[in-house]
Amino acid sequence: MNRIMKSQKTSQFVGKFFTYFYLLILAVIIIYPLLITASSAFKAGNVAAFDLSFDTEWTLDNFKRLFSETLFGEWYWNTLIIALVTMVVQVTVITLAGYTYSRYRFVGRKKSLMFFLIVQMVPTTAALTAFYVMALLMGALNQTWFLMFLYIGGGIPMNTWLMKGYFDTVPYDLDESAKLDGAGHFRIFIQIVLPLVKPMIAVQSLWAFMTPFGEYMLAKFLLRTPEKYTVAIGLQTFINNPQNQKVALFSAGAILIAIPITLLFFMLQKHFVAGLTSGGTKG
Amino acid sequence: MEYIETDKKRMRTATLLSIVPGLGQIYNKQLFKGIAFLIIFALFVIEMINFGAEALIGLITLGSTPGMDHSLFILIEGSLQLLILLLFILFYAINFNDARKVAKLWAEGKKVNTSIKSILLNMVDNGFPYLFTIPAYVAMVFAIVFPVLVTIFIAFTNYDFYHIPPAKLIDWVGFENFTNIFFLSSYRDTFLAVFGWTVIWTVAATTLQITIGIFTAIVLNQKFIKFKRVFGIIFLLPWAVPAFITIMSFSNMFNDSIGAINTQVIPLIDALIPFVDIGSLPWKTDPTFTKIAIILIQGWLGFPFIYVLVSGILQSIPEEQYEAARIDGAGVLQRFRHVTMPAIFTIAAPIFITQYTGNFNNFSMIYLFNEGGPGSIGAGAGSTDILISWIYKLTTGTSPQYSVASAVTLFISLFIIGISLIVFKKTKAFEMED
Repeated sequence: MNRIMKSQKTSQFVGKFFTYFYLLILAVIIIYPLLITASSAFKAGNVAAFDLSFDTEWTLDNFKRLFSETLFGEWYWNTLIIALVTMVVQVTVITLAGYTYSRYRFVGRKKSLMFFLIVQMVPTTAALTAFYVMALLMGALNQTWFLMFLYIGGGIPMNTWLMKGYFDTVPYDLDESAKLDGAGHFRIFIQIVLPLVKPMIAVQSLWAFMTPFGEYMLAKFLLRTPEKYTVAIGLQTFINNPQNQKVALFSAGAILIAIPITLLFFMLQKHFVAGLTSGGTKG
Repeated sequence: MEYIETDKKRMRTATLLSIVPGLGQIYNKQLFKGIAFLIIFALFVIEMINFGAEALIGLITLGSTPGMDHSLFILIEGSLQLLILLLFILFYAINFNDARKVAKLWAEGKKVNTSIKSILLNMVDNGFPYLFTIPAYVAMVFAIVFPVLVTIFIAFTNYDFYHIPPAKLIDWVGFENFTNIFFLSSYRDTFLAVFGWTVIWTVAATTLQITIGIFTAIVLNQKFIKFKRVFGIIFLLPWAVPAFITIMSFSNMFNDSIGAINTQVIPLIDALIPFVDIGSLPWKTDPTFTKIAIILIQGWLGFPFIYVLVSGILQSIPEEQYEAARIDGAGVLQRFRHVTMPAIFTIAAPIFITQYTGNFNNFSMIYLFNEGGPGSIGAGAGSTDILISWIYKLTTGTSPQYSVASAVTLFISLFIIGISLIVFKKTKAFEMED
């Protein structure tokens, strides 16, 4: 009896040991590269490569240089504008469409939902040549509005689908009783249902906002002059030349981008799962 | 329902008159609607005469005089006209349907809206869903459907750096680009190599991130763990920090001579573990090592999303299910196999699939780490290029191959859609509630 309890205790201890061992190793693997990047931003002198060392001179110079010697300020501004417009327009469009597909039964509803589902599978970014030709025709090469337009349109099918799934979780009784009270289409939508999907709207807004900050391929392809760049392609110019790596400047820029985005991300994090699983699995 | 002969005739007449949209509606005593339909029809005819017919013919010839006709613009205008034509056909079908339906209402002696006011009211009430979804459609048509249409067309032309309009004309070449990719040795070898690596990369990287994600969620879901929130926040960081930043940082860290992996991490491992001596590894100059590095980094980047998803699912599994399994004598592994895994996969399977299709086209990871290199395997592709980054290089290189790039794009799209359709069918995402 005693021996059994003892072996149980040992196996419990071993289990706990390996659990914490795994968690700690994983935490170190995650923090190490991030800490390297973050600390490089405060190092003086010309840093060529990242490594983790603390016996250097610390400075805030890199942040000053970022705004005085490079176009980082303009890149940030460009990205912010693209992100805000993309967010506002896309979220408005998908909220309207998602609400409609969830609440109204109309001719062609099922067919058009199917259309959304299939269009959403098309890897749109691959249609580079088509975008190039369209941009040529409209004089939209090197224009931010065209990029915004592609970001907005590209995200619509998938996100409408997710939005509809979330609207489906709001009980129908609510709009039924509002309708009996004489509320019209707009009143029901804006005053009754919309407040209940705020979490999903927040999540969708964050995703739409984050896309232009992280998207590289289309931005690099369509934006041709440095003053039009977004932060992603701008920062890459600091480190894509092996002979002239401005690692410290890159890191300083990276911090200025990562901190606000990461904070927003953690604020809305608890809504993510509900948003993903409510929409992804059922029609 | 049996109709008497005059009613049948009435329905037939209404439908027949609708060959000119609007006449059927006027015959149905819906004057306002009829005039509206007539106007749309007239606008289409005028558009067709002034612009459309020429645009459609242009789509066939793609221009005849080099220097004068800009084949590309002719192609785009033709595609646009084709979209307009499709929209009109849709309208035409609706017009027939409407005339027949209203005539049937008359025949059945039901109420028909004939006054302008009631038709407008009816339109506002029933048109609401259409009004709300139009913005989504407009954006989708111009940002997705239209580019796809243009891609399809260009894949069947000879648009490349030898044929740049307006100096040169572009011509239709049929399936030549496709036969080149599949049969011409220079393209075929590259295509097969790139496609093979794309599949290996997708399966390896995605499976790795899903495995780490599920495993981490299960480990962290144990009750006794202290500092759960701290670990939770740390494990979210790779998702929260924009990926391009971490990929570029990793790219620098994996530098062969000065990167932190070779100068700090490997020496540390060598020192900590006895009898292990790895030394410097050629991360950026040897294709195999670049591939290993890329897959590992994607595991790092992609697991938090899975971890968050699975954590949510784990918390929703009722404790009784585990209790019941335990009473039936199920061990830890059996409980995992028969309770935990089914719960995760029923909810998350479609999302896992989107992870696979996402990595299939994960341009940033491939291009920002080592620009698809090292080295070249012909036809403009590097040794770690996947299809999407090959397309990018075909389109942006010094000697662009637009038509081949479009053909590869079509291949990717059909491949992805095919796989998604099969999986969605299996996971029943297509079954709608009504």
